[in-house]
Amino acid sequence: MNLKILLVDDSRTIRNIQKNTLKTLGITDVTEAADGLEALSCLANARPDLMLVDWNMPNMDGITLIKKVRETDKALPIIMVTTEAEKSRVLTAVKAGVNNYVVKPFTAETLSEKIQQTMTKCGAAASAS
Amino acid sequence: MDVTFVNAFVGSILNVFKTMLNVEVKVGKPLLKEAELVSAEVSGIIGLSGEVQGSVILSFDMPVACAVASTFAGAELDPDSADFTDALGELANMVAGNAKKDFHGYEASISLPSVIIGKGHRVSQSKVSPFLVIPCATKLGNFNVEVALITSKVPATAGA
Repeated sequence: MNLKILLVDDSRTIRNIQKNTLKTLGITDVTEAADGLEALSCLANARPDLMLVDWNMPNMDGITLIKKVRETDKALPIIMVTTEAEKSRVLTAVKAGVNNYVVKPFTAETLSEKIQQTMTKCGAAASAS
Repeated sequence: MDVTFVNAFVGSILNVFKTMLNVEVKVGKPLLKEAELVSAEVSGIIGLSGEVQGSVILSFDMPVACAVASTFAGAELDPDSADFTDALGELANMVAGNAKKDFHGYEASISLPSVIIGKGHRVSQSKVSPFLVIPCATKLGNFNVEVALITSKVPATAGA
């Protein structure tokens, strides 16, 4: 997969784990941000093909970030990757505008599957519109 | 402490270590402690707020903390590096976050993690007693998960 990814998580360990998974999918064009504010700066410089976002982060959390992104970009594929696993939290994230949801802890297979699923869905939606 | 919470944490510890570290955990019989505990050398701490308040502490001796952090990160981690505390903080985050999905009927939020390093340090839980100590044995060494929680509502019952 030849994709540009924006990886947003305050844990470098998790970003590294996710980068390793992305590498197995052939994705090496990865930009990292440690919170929502950093992510907004990255987005101002370049639009990625997919954004992976944690929920709980300092300075600006993932939900606030997603709401801000959706004010101007309805189409950017976004996957939330978080420890928040309750149904009420998933609903909140969907309302904010995520396209898919991965609960931590996750396996490399689960993350890969969700990325492929999301890109297929969003790709199909883009070509239908 | 409600058995729901005990089961939630035991299930979460097993799940997080198996999924992220490929390590089986043998969980011993949880113990209740009245007195303040002297924690091991490294503590990964997450606070809980909302209808369940308190904290969760992953408490390790240094060699076990190094082995656990390195296995989680997939690279040898030096205890003086920022990545060492990052890995243990994230692990505590996952254990607490994964457990709270099974707090049936209670809404809770988790804090960002903190990691404290130092021999003989104490983590005070002034409002919460007794503490629950969950002993965990793994091939990487033994550690404890200390849980101190109070609830601030009667849980919703099924069908209510």
